[in-house]
Amino acid sequence: MTNTLDKPIYNDDIVKLFTLATVFWGVVGFAAGVFIALQMAFPALNIGEYLTFGRLRPLHTSAVIFAFGGNALFATSYYSVQRTCRTRLWSDGLSKFTFWGYQFFIVIAAIGYVTGVTQAKEYAEPEWYADLWLTIVWVAYLIIFLMTLKNRREPHIYVGNWFFLAFIVTVAVLHLANNVSIPVSLTDTKSYPLWGGVQSALIQWWYGHNAVGFFLTAGFLGIMYYFVPKRAERPVYSYRLSILHFWSLIFIYIWAGPHHLHYTALPDWAQTLGATFSIMLWMPSWGGMINGMMTLSGAWHKLREDPVLRFMIISLAFYGMSTFEGPLMSIKTVNALSHYTDWTIGHVHSGALGWVAFITFGAVYHLVPALWKRNELYSMRLVNMHLWIATTGIVLYIAAMWVSGILQGLMWRKYDSMGFLEHSFVETVMAMHPFYLIRVGGGLLFLIGALIMVYNIYRTIKGDYEHAEIKTADKKSDATNTQEVAHA
Amino acid sequence: MLKHHEKLEKNSIFLLICIVIVVSIGGLIEILPLFKVETTIEPVKGVRPYTPLELAGYNVYLREGCYNCHSQQIRPLRDEVERYGHYSLAAESMYDHPFQWGSKRTGPDLARVGGKYSDEWHIEHMIKPQNLVPESIMPPYPHLAERILDLSDIGTDMKVLRMVGVPYTDDMITNAESDAYAQASVDSDNIDGLLDRYNKVNYRNFDNQGVTTELDALIAYLQVLGTMAELQDYKPLKPGELVDQVADQKAEVSDD
Repeated sequence: MTNTLDKPIYNDDIVKLFTLATVFWGVVGFAAGVFIALQMAFPALNIGEYLTFGRLRPLHTSAVIFAFGGNALFATSYYSVQRTCRTRLWSDGLSKFTFWGYQFFIVIAAIGYVTGVTQAKEYAEPEWYADLWLTIVWVAYLIIFLMTLKNRREPHIYVGNWFFLAFIVTVAVLHLANNVSIPVSLTDTKSYPLWGGVQSALIQWWYGHNAVGFFLTAGFLGIMYYFVPKRAERPVYSYRLSILHFWSLIFIYIWAGPHHLHYTALPDWAQTLGATFSIMLWMPSWGGMINGMMTLSGAWHKLREDPVLRFMIISLAFYGMSTFEGPLMSIKTVNALSHYTDWTIGHVHSGALGWVAFITFGAVYHLVPALWKRNELYSMRLVNMHLWIATTGIVLYIAAMWVSGILQGLMWRKYDSMGFLEHSFVETVMAMHPFYLIRVGGGLLFLIGALIMVYNIYRTIKGDYEHAEIKTADKKSDATNTQEVAHA
Repeated sequence: MLKHHEKLEKNSIFLLICIVIVVSIGGLIEILPLFKVETTIEPVKGVRPYTPLELAGYNVYLREGCYNCHSQQIRPLRDEVERYGHYSLAAESMYDHPFQWGSKRTGPDLARVGGKYSDEWHIEHMIKPQNLVPESIMPPYPHLAERILDLSDIGTDMKVLRMVGVPYTDDMITNAESDAYAQASVDSDNIDGLLDRYNKVNYRNFDNQGVTTELDALIAYLQVLGTMAELQDYKPLKPGELVDQVADQKAEVSDD
């Protein structure tokens, strides 16, 4: 470390662990999703007390958001913060603690859901003991990230790290404020939250919407800002746009929560504020999308050659689409129709599958050969196959939910010529069946795509190549690597 | 602007502090005024804390994740008011820690399900929903009828709820367990005490079995939902203020 021009030795072992966990929990979360989708089409699959839809749905949402998404954020932030700061991740021991601590949190939360231990607040279901444990892990994460930034050997903090930092610290604030609760006793899993009624509703959706805004958006924009320019081998399109959309995005997002509570007993002024800021949010969201896509300026041909980059750019297209749909749905008259229906579910999945999962797949495909020192992935053909199978799955999923959501919303408010409600509730449930089947198909395709990725990654780590010529090149680079190590 | 921004890009703690300030503004402005209760919760007579048995039922509702498919919030839209009843008032869920307004109606809204169906209907429906509604996609909950309700700690639960603002009295907490058993039976000696402590209580053997089960508690909870508020004394919105989708649609048609 005497010579600052030395390439620092990064801590990639921790990134490897988080990358493998991302892939593992991804498959678990997608499979849970397919299963609960099947339960909605075939209710006989609600077997026994522990595997009903009511207990498995939180398992699915937490597995994809916090287990798959969370591990992806750990992996990519730990990887990119080291490169963009040209320094080793601070504290090997504490970073290892964040890995095992986070996996432990996921496991105790999941056991809770299945056995009926829940706070019954969406995306904040874990009970007080799991919440406390997560707080410890998260503070460790924040300290590691800040200390690594402090140790940086670059004068500037890279834009990707602004987003990661905003994600880490805001999620901490949200988590603490939404989960203040008093346990019945220290040996009891049950607790009662401090907030009740209308206050608990707004605080919950302030949390819930910003779990989307900071966990699933700001964090994943951090991934975008490192991996898209890296993969495209081009600098970020606009530095000014980065600054503008970063500050406006984090400022405006926080206000948007009340749009989940339109026409409820929440005071009107709060609903109107929420809707107004949700519509304003469209602009900074598209600022991010444009900054990502236009990074390909002068390198568009790479889309033809590189399916990994294709994953990333399609993810930005889905990001743009769902961040347009979101403001639309936050308009009160639209929300009167869409709320409580599958349209919301479709909207969430265009963001979660299209944006969050696709940018993650892109990053994982980029990371695995880099971490395991392979020249290339085992098979680019399989990456491309994954891409198109998963894209077809998403399109089937969201199209089915658009139709079923709007159909059910219209059926609920339909009157006959005598001025009576035309449909009983259960008639609208029956009308959903074909779309629930299509959704299962879409989810299944998405899961198959992920399994193809697992196979591709397994073969890559094993050191196989579909085309032998890459392998020869790899042997050469192995030799160079060895030489480098010897020099070091 | 760019020059000033450089300062942030070179100091991680300064950047962190600025992020915290920027993300705090919106939340504080929206959330803090809600704690000025008189402007948030319109007063309505009749809303009381849950009885111990209803509270145990509320906890079963939470445990089974009912909120994943059922909302408890009727919006002031013409079709919802006709389908489910009077739109929900903030006061009606003020003692719910946490709220159970929900976000999805895979099944119907339950804000005013109380009194809509008989206890017998609920028993059958919980054991196998498809016996009553063949097209239903709701999971069955036969284990609720088989499990004896654990009430040993219900007083402690109420003590904790009092700490977070639910107005349970010492009397209510001391008698919690016996009140719960009294509510679930037909001929208990403790009924008078229960009725003294809580207004308008449904007391009967809800699940038709000799023992008090989780099903008793859940049905007691469902049967009280939306029935506490004395809505006849509540001054509702004027008809013009009710958002009338159909009238809007008709207006559009006649414009053409």
